[in-house]
Order: sequence, then structure tokens, then C-alpha cells
Amino acid sequence: MKLKAVAKTRREALALAGIAGLAALIAPRISLADEQVVAAEIKKLYGDKKIESGRIKLDVPEIAENGLVVPVTVDVESPMTEQDYVKAVHIFADGNPLPGIVSYKFTPACGKASASTRMRLAQTQNIVCIAEMSNGNLHMAKASVKVTIGGCGG
Amino acid sequence: MISRREFLQATAAASALTVGSGMGRLGRVAAQQRLTQSDITRFDPLGTVTILHVTDTHAQLMPLHFREPSVNLGVGEVKGLPPHISDSEFRKYFNIATGSADAFALTSDDFVSLARNYGRMGGMDRIATLTGAVRAERGDDKVLLLDGGDTWQGSWTSLQTKGQDMVDIMSALKVDAMVGHWEFTYGAERVKEITDKAPFAFLAQNVRDNEWQEPVFEPRRMFERGGVKIAVIGQALPRTAVANPRWMFPKWEFGIREEDMQKQVDESRADGASIVVLLSHNGFDVDRKLASRVKGLDIILTAHTHDAMPGLIRVGDTALVASGSHGKFVSRLDIEVKDKKVSGIRFKLMPVFSDAIKPDPGMAALVEKVRAPFAKDLARTIGKTDSLLYRRGNFNGTFDDLICNAMLSERDAEIALSPGFRWGGTLIPGDAITWEHVTNATAITYPNCYRNQMTGAQLKEVLEDIADNIFHPDPYFQGGGDMVRIGGMGYAIDVSKPMGSRISGLTHLKSGKPIEAAKTYTVAGWASINENTQGPPIWDVVAAHVAKLGAVTVRPNTAVKVTGV
Repeated sequence: MKLKAVAKTRREALALAGIAGLAALIAPRISLADEQVVAAEIKKLYGDKKIESGRIKLDVPEIAENGLVVPVTVDVESPMTEQDYVKAVHIFADGNPLPGIVSYKFTPACGKASASTRMRLAQTQNIVCIAEMSNGNLHMAKASVKVTIGGCGG
Repeated sequence: MISRREFLQATAAASALTVGSGMGRLGRVAAQQRLTQSDITRFDPLGTVTILHVTDTHAQLMPLHFREPSVNLGVGEVKGLPPHISDSEFRKYFNIATGSADAFALTSDDFVSLARNYGRMGGMDRIATLTGAVRAERGDDKVLLLDGGDTWQGSWTSLQTKGQDMVDIMSALKVDAMVGHWEFTYGAERVKEITDKAPFAFLAQNVRDNEWQEPVFEPRRMFERGGVKIAVIGQALPRTAVANPRWMFPKWEFGIREEDMQKQVDESRADGASIVVLLSHNGFDVDRKLASRVKGLDIILTAHTHDAMPGLIRVGDTALVASGSHGKFVSRLDIEVKDKKVSGIRFKLMPVFSDAIKPDPGMAALVEKVRAPFAKDLARTIGKTDSLLYRRGNFNGTFDDLICNAMLSERDAEIALSPGFRWGGTLIPGDAITWEHVTNATAITYPNCYRNQMTGAQLKEVLEDIADNIFHPDPYFQGGGDMVRIGGMGYAIDVSKPMGSRISGLTHLKSGKPIEAAKTYTVAGWASINENTQGPPIWDVVAAHVAKLGAVTVRPNTAVKVTGV
């Protein structure tokens, strides 16, 4: 960005525009991940294994209030016994420069497969969550988080 | 000359706005009768509980004109559904006669001549008369008065007193509970200072401390009226932290929190509530969707989007009420309960015609008292208008055009951006423009009018982002409000397209040339959510412009081309 005295980032431009606020720090629009990159990351971990839906409750806001710290909570339905438990949970964001957000390892001693954290999101994008079960089965959940300037008239 | 306004009776006041439970239609309009206070208050009572709802008064203490929108588009599943109909379509849907009092109150066409005929609406002293009459008729022990929020902001007096004038007024009105949105723009500390000692409950199940997720406000309260337990759950504007400056309440987090809402409903029932009411500031479309997903809500008192509808909208077993804004209406709901369940609702949207309703002397005195320290300022004439100046409409309003023109000339900018706020009064041709009128359209706690450089690409991105906030097909992704108003630049919008492809044809109006993506333009605007935004307060910019013009004329705005409707 060479222009002087110009709103430098998308964030600045949007926030300036009044009305409302863009909550996230906007990364330059280069080398952002996309769906393919997330798919490739999953493939790196689990190859071409079949992925089912269900069993994961992925809780993210529809609209981020602050893109720097977007809350994400994952709950995977599981008895968490020696015979049947959740081994790992991975969270990806398909619009960040690097898609990997966090990976959790679980053991039956955890009691439940539940985790919560905050992530930084560069722009509106999908959050993808993969859960690996002790029998090797994979489950996936996906949710979109909007990063916006909004608009407020009410 | 009309010495005392002749009220052409709409059944507006009387039977027309009285709609039974369900999607009631208004009765035939009886023409040529005078509208009286008793027409407005007449109601066939039902059950042992009455709920009164006022909302989005935006701190308007005095009667005013407020023109409803001529363009209020709905997208996706709600396209063409109320409240996304206007003028003749609206009148047809609700069976309202053209030119009637309710046509004046609820639709926009022919506004100027109807305004001259029917006079101003609202005024807290008139509202107090109506609520007092209902209390007298039903008995205080049967009446619950609920305020949907956006009450403490929107006037010079509320801004100067940090909402105290409205707190005093609403306390005197004996409000039982309220919710918030613009209230939060006085800052977390001030809001807590008020709510900690207010005689009314300030409810919000969806506001949390962002560190520990602890509730900031009481989520709900149980009331008992007419021997019936009524749970009132509060919902603040879910998008407050995106729509307004987050730095003013940095530790608070909002959101819709649907699952928590369901828990609140379930707990209310477990606590013995026969009636569960959501006092909401979600906006109408968000509430309509929420009603289809959260089970067990009997009534949603909607707000935020300023819709006024003379009938209930039903979604499953939930009845939605839209009580308008600026003190133009008071909604009355009589509720009958059998076997701890709602068995009937009778509804009336009472129009507050200021010339037909006798002011309540106690409230009139209090209004005068809270305005007295500012009375001289408020009355100061800045200029006059030869045009109708109004705010509402998805894409532009003439009052906004005036504000944009003021920024272009006073701040020497090529392009001006003004937020699509839905509040602020309407002036009719010939009206004086006073300090009160200027500040009714601008009084916020972050008023600085910035001057900055933006590229054409950034301008397009701004428009796309805001458009998505209004025309996203999923209401949960909408934030309410209207498109940003623009001075000096035209554009085309296809509301049916997805984000990123709605906006095209950006044109620099002065030169007639297309806006170039890489070129830099000087842009003025106000209501930036950035902390420490520099520039004079917008009211001074507008007042200086109006004073220079003397008489204001605003030509119809043809710079926005709308398709995909």
C-alpha cells in the first residue's frame, strides 16, 4: 500500500464508513486459504477416508463481534469410555492465511469431548471441524462466520 | 386555513386498528367522522391481563411528524410479506382507506397534505393519557407496561443528560421493564449506573461478559398481573457490537443466542409462567425466524426495525407485535388464560394523534421540566425547508440528502456518506428548521464528521458490505437499518444478488464519470465506530449549511438505481 493518507486496510475503510464497525483485522488479500487448502489439510491427516456428518456441535457466532477473538466451542457426542471415545478434534478456517486453528487430543479420562477457544478471523469464512473417533470414524461439521461492517439504523 | 384540525375518521383509531387474534383485517373505513380520544382508547376487553408496548421512541418527548417508508424491501422468504409492503399494498393488505387517519399514520404517500390535516403524532404526555386510561379501565394490577428500547437516544435533551430525561419520563410512566440497543452508546458504566437503581427492570438474556460469559443484565423477570404469572424475557439488539462503537462497551458480547433463549422459555414455564413474552430488540425479520425455531413463546413484542402494523403476525403459536416508533403508537394486548395457557389475544395498535388526545397534565409538566434547561437552544431557528424532509426508505431520504449536501459543502468533499439510521423526525414544506430538528436527526455520542481519502474499490466494498447487512436472505445475518446514504456518487444495486455482486455502476455525479477503483476520492462521513474519530460534530456541520442556505430545497434523489425487487 503506497497511497498516503488513504484508508489503508479494508478494516479502516469500512469502519470509517460510519454506520458500524468491522470487527476484524483484515489481512491483505493474498495467499488466503480456501476450501481446497482445508481439504488438503484434512487429507494430510486422514487420507481419503470417508467423513460423516453428525455428532459434532460446532458453536460459532453468525456474525463476529470482534474478528480478533471469535469464540468457538465444539462438543462431540460420545460416551467417552475406553471402548468408544473421541481421540482428536481439529478446527480449520478456510479464509485465514493459515487454515489450522487448533487441534485437541482427548482420552476417555477427559469425561467429555468438549473444548472452547478464541480464534482470529481475517474475513467472512467457513469454520470446519473434524472429529476422529477411537474406532477411526471421522465426523465433520461446518459453520460460516461473517465478518462485517454491518449497518445500523434501528 | 384549518383552525382546529378536522379529523376524518379512519377506523384507524377505533375499530380499524382493533384486530382480533390472528391475522386480522381492518374493518371498512367509516369516513367523515371526527376522531376522538375515546375512539382511540375504545377496546373490548378480554381476560385478566393487559400488556402495553411502546418502543423505539428515540427520546421523542414532543409530538412530531414521522413519515413511514415508501420503500421497505424484503428479501428471500419474506419478500412481499408484511412489514415489507408499503403504501397502496400496505393499505390493501390491512384494509385501510386512502386518505384516512390510519393511512396517514401507517403509509407514506400523500404525506404532506395528510400531515396538514391530521397533525402531529406522539408526545409523552399523550402516551401517558393513553396508558393512564387503560390503567383506569383495567386496574393497575392487570396492566404490564413494556418498553422495547431505543428510548434514551435520539434527542438533544437525551444526549445532554446522558439519557436521564428519558429515565425520569419512563419511570413516571411506570414502565415495568425495558430492553436496550442505542442505550449502550452511553457507555457500559453509564448504562449500569442507570439500570442499577432504575425502578424498572432492564432485561437482556443475550448480553454477556466476554471474558467469563457471565450475564451482564437480568435475563428475565416474572410479573404477576390479574392473577396470572407472566415471564418477560429481554433481548438486546444482537448486533450492537457490530453496529455501534464496541469501544464504548468493550467487555460486552451480544449475539442472538437461540439456545439460551429456549432455556429461558423452558425455565419460565418451569417457574409457573402462563404467559411467556419476549421483549425483543431483534428486528422484525429476526424475530419472525426466531419464532419458528424457539418453542413456547406466546408473544414477541418486536422493535428495532420501526415497523408499525395494525394486526398481529402469527408464526406457529407465537403472535408478533410491531408497535412502530417515535411515540406514534401504543400497542394494547388483552390476554386471556385458561388452564395456565394463553387461550385468546385481542390486539389494538393505538395511534397517538396528538390533536385528538388530551395531554396528561402531570406528564406534560415533567416533559416541560426536563426540557427547560435546553428550551432556548431547542427552539432556535436555523432556517426553513421548502421540501419534505424525511428519513425512512431503504436507499435514501431527503433529510439524509440534506445531511450529505451539508458534508459535501462544509467539509469540501467529493463524496459524503451518511448512515441509514431510521430515526429522526419529518419536516413538511414551510416548516422552520430548528436546533431541535437538526439534533433529532443527529444526536449520537459519536458524532464527529471525518474527512478522509478512500479509493473507488474501497467505496464499492463499503456498499457491498452494508447491502449484505440489509439484503442477506437469512435474517440472522441482517442487522437492521437502511443503506448508507451517499452524496456526490450514484450507484446501481440488485438486491437479489449475493454479497459482492449487488453493487455496480458507481458514478461520480459532479463529473458524470465512473468511479475508478484505483483512484482516490475525498470522503466525508459521520458516525464512524472508530475511537478518536476527528472532525466537528455533525449537527454543527448541518446547522452551518442550513444557516447559509436559509431555505432548504431537496430535489428527488435519482442517483440510486434499484433492481432485483
